[in-house]
Formats: sequence, C-alpha cells, structure tokens
Amino acid sequence: MDAFIELDGVEKVFDVRRRTGFLRRERRQVRAVDGLSFTVARGEIVGYIGPNGAGKSTTIKMLTGILTPSGGRLRVAGIDPARERTRLAHRIGVVFGQRTTLWWDLPLIDSYRLAHRMYRIPDARYRENLDRLVELLDLESLLEVPVRQLSLGQRMRGDIAAALLHDPEVLYLDEPTIGLDVVSKARVREFLGELNTERGTTVLLTTHDLQDIERLCSRVMVIDHGRMMYDGPLAGLHEAGESERTLVVDLERELPPIDVGPAARVVRVEGPRQWLAFPASESAAPLVARIAAEHPLVDLSVREPDIEAVIGRMYADRETVVPGARNS
Amino acid sequence: MGEKGRARYGLREGWRAYRLIAGMWIRSTMAYRLSFAMTLVSGLLVTGLDFVAILLMFSRVDALGGYSLPEVAFLYGLSATSFGIADLVIGSAGRLGSRVRDGTLDTLLVRPAPVLAQVAADRFALRRVSRITQGALVLAYALAATDVDWTVAKVLLVPVTLVSGAVIFGAVLVAGAAFQFVAQDAAEVQSAFTYGGQTLLQYPPTVFGKELVRAVTFVFPLAFVNWVPAAYVLDRPYPLDLPEWTAYAPPLVAVACCALAGLAWRAGLRSYRSTGS
Ligand SMILES: Nc1ncnc2c1ncn2[C@@H]1O[C@H](COP(=O)(O)OP(=O)(O)OP(=O)(O)O)[C@@H](O)[C@H]1O
Ligand SMILES: [Mg+2]
Repeated sequence: MDAFIELDGVEKVFDVRRRTGFLRRERRQVRAVDGLSFTVARGEIVGYIGPNGAGKSTTIKMLTGILTPSGGRLRVAGIDPARERTRLAHRIGVVFGQRTTLWWDLPLIDSYRLAHRMYRIPDARYRENLDRLVELLDLESLLEVPVRQLSLGQRMRGDIAAALLHDPEVLYLDEPTIGLDVVSKARVREFLGELNTERGTTVLLTTHDLQDIERLCSRVMVIDHGRMMYDGPLAGLHEAGESERTLVVDLERELPPIDVGPAARVVRVEGPRQWLAFPASESAAPLVARIAAEHPLVDLSVREPDIEAVIGRMYADRETVVPGARNS
Repeated sequence: MGEKGRARYGLREGWRAYRLIAGMWIRSTMAYRLSFAMTLVSGLLVTGLDFVAILLMFSRVDALGGYSLPEVAFLYGLSATSFGIADLVIGSAGRLGSRVRDGTLDTLLVRPAPVLAQVAADRFALRRVSRITQGALVLAYALAATDVDWTVAKVLLVPVTLVSGAVIFGAVLVAGAAFQFVAQDAAEVQSAFTYGGQTLLQYPPTVFGKELVRAVTFVFPLAFVNWVPAAYVLDRPYPLDLPEWTAYAPPLVAVACCALAGLAWRAGLRSYRSTGS
C-alpha cells in the first residue's frame, strides 16, 4: 500500500512556564506527542480520537507544518511539512472546527476568489469545484454574507468548501462537527463520505462525536498522552476495550439473581427482569440455552456494547496500554 | 532548490500573495466610495496637524535649531512621506501579536504563501495614502521654498533617500512584528518606535541631545531617513560630525536593516508554537 502519511517516532514537547508565585516561574515540559508512529494510505478515511489533551490537534498541526516536531520523522506525500510548508499547502486541505480559515470581515465568496488565485486553480476547475461544493454544502444563499455574520454551522460548511477548492489529496479535519445540530452533522458526514468514495480524498478526522467515526471511518486510531493506544478497525475496539454485551432476560416471576457461574454476571435486577453481562467476544447461544433450561424464561434480548462506553472505559484506565494495540 | 533559489521563490510568491490580498481589501473598501473619500480627507487633516504644530512654532521664532521653516519642512516631508509609504505597505504587520496570542496565525500557515506577505497585506488600508499625500505636499513646498544650489547629486539624492527611508521604516516595522512573536503585547512599544521615530525626525537633529541623536544614528539608524542626507542637501553640519560620504549611505543602511529584520522575522516565526486550543 502506498503510504501517504508517515510518522515514525514523532514527538512534540512544549516548554510551558507557569507562575508559581509573585515573579516566580517554573519551567515544565509537556510531552504533547510522545513517540507516535503510524501510516495512512492514500484514499483511507481514518478517525483520530482520544480524550482532551491527548495530542490530536498537535499531531494535525505537525502534519500541516504549523508546528515543527521535536523529534522523529514525519512525511506527507513525501514532503517534510515543517521544511516545505508552502509547497505542501497546495496538496492539503485543513478545517479547524475551533477557528476559521476564511476572511472574517469579507463576504464568503471573497475567500473563495482569493483561494482561486492564491492556489492557482485553473478557471474551469475552480468553477466546477465551486458549483459542486456550493450545491452539496448548500452555500448559495451565504456567498455574499460576511463571514462574521455566519452561524457556526454555516461557517463550518463554508470552511469545508474553502479547504476543498484546490482538490487537496488529503483533508485534515479537527473537530468539524463541534457545535453543529443534528441535521448539519448528518449533512457534513454524508458529504465527507462521498468525497472519500468519489474523489479518493484521504481524510483524517478528529472528533469527540463517536457517531462521526461510526458513520465514516473503517479505521480508528485512539491516542492518549501522545501515545497510540489502539489502531485498527472500529469493530476491533470492542475486543481491545474488553467490552461486554448484555443479555436481558424476562422471567415468569421475581427470582433471586441467576447464577450461571463465570460465564456471565447479573448487573441489574428489576422485578422479573434481569440484566446479565458477558464478554463481547463470547457467543450468547450457550448462555441462553443454559438459562432457558434452568429458569422459567418468558423473553430475552441481547444488547451490543455501546461504543461510547467502550471508549469511555479506555480513556478511564489511561495508564494501561490496551492489549492488541498495534503500531503499524 | 538551493537557499538562494528558495529565497527568490519566497520573495516572488510573497509579492504575488501580497498583491492578491491587498487587491481584495482595496476592492472591498471601494465598495463604499463615499465613506472612503471621507476617511481620506479626515486622514489628510489629522496627519496635517503635525505640520500645523511646526507652523505655529515658526510664527514665534525664525529658526528651529538653526533650520529655517522650508528646511524643517524638508526634514518633515522626507520623514512623513517615507514613513507613510512603509506604513501603507507593511503597517498591518503591527497587529501580529494578537494573532500569535490567540493562535489565529495557524490559519495563515496552512496557505501556500509566506506569512509575512499575508500579515502585511491583511486589511490593507488604502486610507493610509493620506499620510503620504500630506508628506509629499510638505516636501513639494520645501523643495520650492528652500534656496539650495541644486547639483545632479543633490537632485538624485532626494528620491533615493525617500525610497531608502521607506525601506528603513519598513524594516523597523518588520522587526517590531517579529518581536511580537516573543512579546505579544509589544504593539505599543512598536508604535512608540515607529510613530515616535517619524515625529522625532520631523525636527532638526540640533534640537535634541547628543545621546538621543547617537541612538537614532547607530542603534536604530533612523537618522539616515532624513537627517544625514538632508545635511548634505542643505549644506548643514552633519549630526555627530559624521563624514560626508555618509550622506550617500541610506541605501546601504536600508539593505542592512532589511537583512537584520529578515533574520529577526525568521527567528520569530520559528519560535511560534501555536496555542493549546
Ligand atoms: N501551544 C501550546 N503550548 C503549550 N502547550 C500546548 C500547546 N498546544 C498544546 N499543548 C499541550 O499539549 C497537550 C496536547 O494538546 P492538544 O491540543 O494536541 O490536545 P487534543 O488532543 O487536541 O485535545 P482536545 O480534545 O481537548 O482538543 C495538552 O496537554 C496541551 O496543554
Ligand atoms: Mg484539539
């Protein structure tokens, strides 16, 4: 596979000065990214998640050349971003959910016109891309509006269009759905999915909304303390996170908690209904058979583990490296 | 690409991006022609007040530090015009500190253009031509009213000085912007140097103390914007008894200032580390 983004032992250390008293300062080092290695192939769409302060934004800033790594090797399309930032800029698109790359006081269309010239986008190509983006992101009525007057969701759509006018090979999105309503989120997700399948644009997506990941990404990378905790398919997170499924059984009457040995444990009892947790990797069939044989069963259902819960647990035991984490 | 090729490429791309961004702002300003015309006129009046102050002084005295009114006007015209040009072209860079503090410089770093060109052209304020116009008017008056024995050298020295002065002021503005990478609240310090400096230069060196003149000559070489070359044109004693060839030094000083400011800018940009959110 053609590795488009390559990181090898990348580090970023920030010197932070903190006031510890009147005129007294203490210097401390924050390892925002700590020996990170991964590769992303052309055309992949990867979710990049982790708790607050994990180092996600810092990674993206290094990938775009905004920050210079303190150590390790980093290449995007064979280019060292910090050394050849402006050359790389032609080939990447960036959306920061927290701040806009649009020209704040000018109408939206001015930002696009400037990009047309600045990125040297051929006229026909520019027209075509603009028309398509305006239609897909529903920007027609916003083009003459000054950027500062746009709502958050409108601005975000405007930003996404701006990042894509020059046909970048890779799109970095740092929390693109932050603060968006359900409809806008769905529209942005749908758009990103199409972009990836139709144009083959590589996408690296940072988010705290796990639905973004579930809808879009076949691969997810979880980082914490600047280190890779998990890198693999979304489904694999369940095993890695040692998650559990839940068997909900309705009995004929109220009974003491069912005892099926180590295979499952009762986590909740409510009248005749009982909840049993069992490892997600195990089959439910033997468990169901045994309960049906030993207890008066009326009904039952199996609940899949909630991805939020899985990741929540992963973030919670922050120091332990999850078994199965792979550094490709 | 070698170091030199890279520098040339950066310069060309920078100038191109500068024109694009400045053009965008000019078009946006021109959408409101009347309001633009009004700011232009009021700008002309406000910047003119500086010179009115000098006129008022001359209503009481015949000479200031040994310089007559047309001679002071010559100093004033050179200083105001060259500062006006620098301020028009690169003055916006003075707002860099706030961009560094709130991390919005990030968004400039992802565009395919040098950052300096982008910050200099940001909010390009065409109304700043009022200062240039006003300075040029005073300069024109001075050239008409002084009785100088114009030689070819003197005639040539005037435009050369004007351009060199603009470049020197520009370099000071860039260096000030670079300093804001380190001290983000230094915008006031910077304007003290630039606006303060150009006001200082509107008066003859003879009215100031030796220490100040020395600082303005050797530390922040603003003296080469007008004092030194004007001494040659007006046949006046040179400040600090400098040798005569220094009258031709402004272009050299300008180039040296640019080189230093460029180094400062690069160091500043390298020290940029964005923000945590
Ligand atoms: N410019 C900076 N100066 C000092 N420390 C920084 C800077 N940027 C980030 N950090 C620190 O580096 C660590 C990682 O920050 P980063 O912004 O990459 O986290 P993140 O994963 O994007 O978090 P979030 O989900 O909250 O956006 C944090 O501890 C943060 O305080
Ligand atoms: Mg972040």
